[in-house]
Amino acid sequence: MAENPFKADIEKVQKEYSEKMTTGAIVYIPGSSVVNKTGGWRVFMPKFDKDKCIRCFICYTLCPEPAIYLDEESYPVFDYDYCKGCGICANECPTKAIEMVRETK
Amino acid sequence: MPMRKVMKGNEAAAWAAKLAKPKVVAAFPITPSTLVPEKISEFVADGEMDAEFIKVESEHSAISACVGASAAGVRAFTATASQGLALMHEVLFIAAGMRLPIVMAIGNRSLSAPINIWNDWQDTISERDTGWMQFYAENNQEALDLILIAFKVAEDERVLLPAMVGFDAFILTHTVEPVEIPDQEVVDEFLGEYVPKHAYFDPAKPITQGALGFPAHYMEARFTVWEAMENARQVIAEAFDEFEKKFGRRYHMIEEYKTDDAEIILLTMGSLAGTLKEFIDKKREEGLKIGAAKMTVYRPFPIEEFRALAKKAKVLAILEKDISFGIGGAVFADAGRALVNEKEKPILLDFIIGLGGRDVTFENLEDVVEISKKALDGEKVEEVNWIGLRKEIL
Repeated sequence: MAENPFKADIEKVQKEYSEKMTTGAIVYIPGSSVVNKTGGWRVFMPKFDKDKCIRCFICYTLCPEPAIYLDEESYPVFDYDYCKGCGICANECPTKAIEMVRETK
Repeated sequence: MPMRKVMKGNEAAAWAAKLAKPKVVAAFPITPSTLVPEKISEFVADGEMDAEFIKVESEHSAISACVGASAAGVRAFTATASQGLALMHEVLFIAAGMRLPIVMAIGNRSLSAPINIWNDWQDTISERDTGWMQFYAENNQEALDLILIAFKVAEDERVLLPAMVGFDAFILTHTVEPVEIPDQEVVDEFLGEYVPKHAYFDPAKPITQGALGFPAHYMEARFTVWEAMENARQVIAEAFDEFEKKFGRRYHMIEEYKTDDAEIILLTMGSLAGTLKEFIDKKREEGLKIGAAKMTVYRPFPIEEFRALAKKAKVLAILEKDISFGIGGAVFADAGRALVNEKEKPILLDFIIGLGGRDVTFENLEDVVEISKKALDGEKVEEVNWIGLRKEIL
């Protein structure tokens, strides 16, 4: 499975942030929008059916976050740390390979 | 040489702003905003003040512009009152949370309804939990001085919190008194230039301000505001000392008047303290052991100074021009909080007085003393006393 290419950077910066509160909660490192996990408030999550996928990349292209990566075989991989559960991928998928299901722990 | 001029409280506040040399002044030109920005706009137009004067379309925008300016790293000032301050409410938290040392002059006024533009403290009292420091001036000189002190404290690295300076509407804002305007050089020495260390705009070093704070960070961020407010006690004391050295006028968190042998002490804030002092003199001539105290700093609440004051009195009457519906006076509630675990404490009495610009007369103060005497004699009195209330029209 393909990994988020920024994973190392993200972990480094996340560590720095969790260690020290700044005056006025100011973020001094650029690009923090990449490192803050934003998937925490999701209600629905995409469930992917690899058999139906035709690798058209529409989900990958339209994800507003973007929280979908492509693996070596060009199948989509969902990064649930950043997927907000908007459902655009499921809505646009021409073969209905993505289904939005209620998130449960 | 300091210049002595006869001026209104509004002008005194505008002069303070001029002396503090803010780079941005934002204001909405309407009555609640008081005449402070009007005078400042004159200063700017005449080239006497090098500030960007931003005319905005509401107080919400005025404080937002100040937040923007302060976040960019310059000294910012605004003035307002009453409903205008209420409209700023949302942004006041942001200014404090982002630790922006904005200073704001408030001509203390009542809140609607009914519409009323006269003096009480309901506007600033309603903002006491925003994280802004609060100072209350007794006269026009104090309005000027406290604004300078507010800048000094707000910009201290141990504090970095915004501050509001209240001076009673009409009683101070629109009446003239002699005011000493300090020399610019001495003010420059006192305040220095604001050099931002934490909040600035620098394209070479991009930062994010006012970012999202997840549950994992929010509580710590709020704690830093609490910590800064606690630090402010020490910083204010230092600023008062330095102010006295430079300008010769002395300020106290709580100023006491004839309290040393007093059985009854009347505590208040703002211009009412002036009336009280005269009243105390009169009652002293009649042989009553009575004193007065004025709270100059309301946030941070001067807990230690208040406890020291409370030790002196048998009855401590708190006179306030505000009301927290469903409990009583807001200052009273804070005073009670400061004493709740003290072993020895005086009888605390809660007096609501002078709301919406109603004059506070000596007759009213006699009523306060009568009730205080009854309490001193062990009689049971009302928990919340509305003084000067026209019961006949109720």
